[in-house]
Amino acid sequence: MPYLSIITFGPLIGALFMLIFIRGDDPYAVKNCRWAAIWITVGTFLFSLPVLIGFDRADTGFQFVEEHEWLGVLTYKVGVDGISILFVMLTTFMMPLVIWSSFGVEHRVREYMMAFLILETMMIGVFVALDTILFYLFFEGGLIPMFLIIGIWGGKERVYAAFKFFLYTLLGSLLMLVAMIYMAWDFGTDIPGLLGHTFNSEPINILGWEIAGGVQTLLWLAFFASLAVKMPMWPVHTWLPDAHVQAPTAGSVVLAAILLKMGGYGFIRFSLPMFPVASELMQEFVFFLSVVAIIYTSLVALMQEDIKKLIAYSSVAHMGFVTMGIFAANQQGVDGAIFQMISHGFISGALFLCVGVIYDRMHTREIAAYGGLVVRMPIYAAIFMLFTMGNVGLPGTSGFVGEFLTLAGVFQVSTWTAVFATTGVILSAAYALWLYRRVVFGELIKESLKGIKDLTFREKAVFAPLIVGTLLLGVYPSLITDIFGPSVTALVVQVAEAREAVQIAMK
Amino acid sequence: MFSTILFAPLLGALIAGLFGKSIGEKASMVITTGLLMLAALLSWIVFFTYAGHSDETVTLMRWIDSGSLSVDWAIRVDTLTCVMLVVVTTVSSLVHLYSMGYMEEDPSKPRFFAYLSLFTFAMLMLVTADNLLQMFFGWEGVGVASYLLIGFWHHKPSANAAAIKAFVVNRVGDFGFVLGIFGIFFLFDSIQFDTIFGLAEEKSAETLIFLGMEIAALELLAFLLFVGAMGKSAQFILHTWLPDAMEGPTPVSALIHAATMVTAGVFLVCRMSPIMEYAPSAMTFVVFIGATTAFFAATVGLVQNDIKRVIAYSTCSQLGYMFVAAGVGAYEAAMFHLFTHAFFKALLFLGAGSVIHAMHHEQDMRHYGGLRHKIPLTYWMMMAGTLAITGVGMPLIYLGEIPLGFAGYLSKDAIIESAYAANSTASYAFVMLVIAAAMTSFYSWRLIFLTFHGETRADAHTYDHAHESPNVMMIPLYILAAGAVLAGVLFYGDFFGHHEEEFWSTAIPSHAREDIVHRAHEVEKWVKVTPFTAMLFGLGLAVSSYLRNVPWFAKVGIGALAFVVLFFAKVFWVYAALIGLGFAALFLAVPYGLHKTLAEQQRPLYEFLLNKWYVDEIYDFLFVRPAKWLGRFLWKRGDGNIIDGFLNGLAMGVIPFITGLSARAQSGFVFHYAFAMILGLAALITWMTIFGG
Repeated sequence: MPYLSIITFGPLIGALFMLIFIRGDDPYAVKNCRWAAIWITVGTFLFSLPVLIGFDRADTGFQFVEEHEWLGVLTYKVGVDGISILFVMLTTFMMPLVIWSSFGVEHRVREYMMAFLILETMMIGVFVALDTILFYLFFEGGLIPMFLIIGIWGGKERVYAAFKFFLYTLLGSLLMLVAMIYMAWDFGTDIPGLLGHTFNSEPINILGWEIAGGVQTLLWLAFFASLAVKMPMWPVHTWLPDAHVQAPTAGSVVLAAILLKMGGYGFIRFSLPMFPVASELMQEFVFFLSVVAIIYTSLVALMQEDIKKLIAYSSVAHMGFVTMGIFAANQQGVDGAIFQMISHGFISGALFLCVGVIYDRMHTREIAAYGGLVVRMPIYAAIFMLFTMGNVGLPGTSGFVGEFLTLAGVFQVSTWTAVFATTGVILSAAYALWLYRRVVFGELIKESLKGIKDLTFREKAVFAPLIVGTLLLGVYPSLITDIFGPSVTALVVQVAEAREAVQIAMK
Repeated sequence: MFSTILFAPLLGALIAGLFGKSIGEKASMVITTGLLMLAALLSWIVFFTYAGHSDETVTLMRWIDSGSLSVDWAIRVDTLTCVMLVVVTTVSSLVHLYSMGYMEEDPSKPRFFAYLSLFTFAMLMLVTADNLLQMFFGWEGVGVASYLLIGFWHHKPSANAAAIKAFVVNRVGDFGFVLGIFGIFFLFDSIQFDTIFGLAEEKSAETLIFLGMEIAALELLAFLLFVGAMGKSAQFILHTWLPDAMEGPTPVSALIHAATMVTAGVFLVCRMSPIMEYAPSAMTFVVFIGATTAFFAATVGLVQNDIKRVIAYSTCSQLGYMFVAAGVGAYEAAMFHLFTHAFFKALLFLGAGSVIHAMHHEQDMRHYGGLRHKIPLTYWMMMAGTLAITGVGMPLIYLGEIPLGFAGYLSKDAIIESAYAANSTASYAFVMLVIAAAMTSFYSWRLIFLTFHGETRADAHTYDHAHESPNVMMIPLYILAAGAVLAGVLFYGDFFGHHEEEFWSTAIPSHAREDIVHRAHEVEKWVKVTPFTAMLFGLGLAVSSYLRNVPWFAKVGIGALAFVVLFFAKVFWVYAALIGLGFAALFLAVPYGLHKTLAEQQRPLYEFLLNKWYVDEIYDFLFVRPAKWLGRFLWKRGDGNIIDGFLNGLAMGVIPFITGLSARAQSGFVFHYAFAMILGLAALITWMTIFGG
């Protein structure tokens, strides 16, 4: 069975099905749309399980590979390795929760659900694509549904935010496309093949500028332009807070939990293994940007007045750990980066859901509008506390493992970076706890909050899997490190060998 | 058995936390307390079976595996662990019991007991860890529990602020701790205790490049780990959170901020002793910080008016003593004081809680006075704690080899003797600790006199209704009082006396320690009686200043006692006489209420001490404000004006220019043009890629 194609295109076909068979906007149609979307995403998740179960952990190559000719000149090739499989699982796991959490949406429900289903296809496509052009199509294709989600179902400033989101990410991607064209010309578009191909790293001269690392550096930079925006890294991160603030809750959850991971995935899939020499040359540059991101955005988060914006900035800081870990290019660094991405998927997704819960009730995201919620919403307070602690990187939650491993990896390469990045540990505690205090603790004095209700059954049910995931991965991270560990080892070894080979050649 | 000790509190926490509402308050309290008592009972069994007899490590489960970094959940039982197990579970179960009475009127008892049990679990994880990461798990776990308990009354803004402060300041320490862990992993390729300790000697000559400097590796690592210890144990510079933490309910202060959590730093240094041994400079730093804290906190304790704050600063100061001991290599003395301190400090806090309970939650000692008539049992219990902390004993008289006295007398004097016996660099510590001992005596007696003696300063209603606490609160006091009186004498032989070598066996490396313990035992007699003399000095001053109508012979008696003790310690009789006479003359000269006159006359000094050396204000100025300013600046200027300004400006300026639509540059349509353009461009390139190639 072509499982990967089924889970990739299942949601898209489901969306088409909804387009054709569900008409009108009477309550029945709306209800049908909601449940159809749930069943489609749950089905996708169920079909992704055989991939996880049948996955051979010892094999570091690509598995479940499908390859077909397509449009005459293109290749349709998909497959997963230990690294990508977890991102696929993260996506299929999160989507039913995302859909279920948006049962409160009333405006154009059918289109809304379709947008999310199409988005799911695009996201899974990114993680399974084994052909650069295919990857690119999915990578950019995802922009359109997200653009619509923000632009149609967003807040007051949604149009500005949607365009900003679109322009930033698309503009960066163009350079990546150019790089891919060069790579196709130099070698081909097959990703497994490219991973075994060595791009020239002889210095080259352009307009009198000597470029160390040559072609590799240029390609690296082109990819970087796209992936850094997606990540997002400082200083091209400003689209993210705007997009998060304006997006509907479910949009924010997908954005934080999955879309941001495409950047990190791209770095691990392309930049590090395909351009190992350039990655080494650019290591300090990435470290610098990562550290700035961690400290800068943490400080900015400290002063936010909007809950969503604060969490958005904290996301940028957490992604700083990821980029740093990837380019440390050792086992702990890369392991930590992948772990951090998965864990951040749960924790930031849950935090945005937490914001959604009170936004649905009060229709404001302003911190000052809240206070003392614990009095009326003890269960909510407990859940919010758990994820706040996860965000702070408390040992025992999944948030800790990623931070710890990336920092342990970076320490071996650059103590400067490790020391500065570790200050993030202090700052994150400050902004996260201060937010919690202002929203949840204190006396309940605001009239408007006196009738606020605690979580409904549906809300609790959406949080439950995320709570389990966060704690389980915190206590027993081997559950997933065993899956990606061997692939990462292979990757790290390959990168180290490639660098050594170049050094020997230079001598 | 080990797993039961470890997980019984967790089980209790989960039951009370998740099902507290359904099973009811009573059941929650009984279950958590019962499970804790079970853990305490088993801990004592483990203590007598294992401490000094055998070591064992039980692996529970894998935790983190990443390349050569491999960490398990495990339970390591050696003497250090055993000592901590009994301290933690005993105090915790007594505090649980006490809280049943103290929190009587609180509506969220299940939550309180869940937090207490959760804290105990985290603390047990910390002390049973067999690797640095699990220790860090417990370390952060107790931090969170402490945060939750300080902020337990979450409607109080001051409690919330104190809770956050505690967590964040601790994180500053953790910053050092985790860097230490990274460094240890980098150097040893493992963070497992046995592996590290085995390689320590081999690695002692290596250096690390850290922030561009080449530093002796173990010195650096010891220093970084100690920064973690400073945060958790509230040592000078990172001490500011501890006094504020008194916002939490009093049982919490007794358990977390006196007996157990704050001693985790001392435990860390002792646990890492095989590394510390090869880091003489870092250890000198430990001694310096410890001695400074002991002195600093004692000065601040002299003038505080809140009964809990006095005890909090006293805790801070006593932790300084422990660090001095650890720093000079007398880990046994550090652990001994940790052990006895847990009893008498928990006793003092719970006693203070009993006073507060009696006085309708009034904590200001200026509104106490004369309470010994109303709550005599509490008075005598507090008295036992005070005798223990000030170090009352019978100098120069031994039972076999064991000095006779209250618990603090044995353990504190062991530290001061070790500090003297260590090399000359520790003489700063010796002097500081002796001065601090005098101040300890002064503020402890001041607390007793202000609270229990003299005319009452409480309003008539409160005073009339002051009543002794119920039995469920008094029983823990009796047990702790027994500990405060006897723990020193009973355990001296094992911890610091003849049996110490076999008692500590492999838990503390033997090569350095025999030396310092021997020398501590061999110090001249005048050194041995110095802390006692200092104690008399503080006592005399407190008596003279805070008690009305003290007969002259009592004051002279204290001077005479000092003389006798010094004389028998073979101090040249003229000096001994001068000191004795000096004491007597000074006490006679001090009028009742001198403290008030002094506070008036020495206003700046008084203010300086009352405001805790203005450390909080300095930090606010140096860190908090700049961080907020910078955050706002980076947000508004950095993100807003520069980054967005530049990129949006590009869009607003360049694109309309290219498209020849500059006239409409300011309209909202610009984004649309840019959008259309880039979309077109992307489509074009995509098309060319696919079909042009």
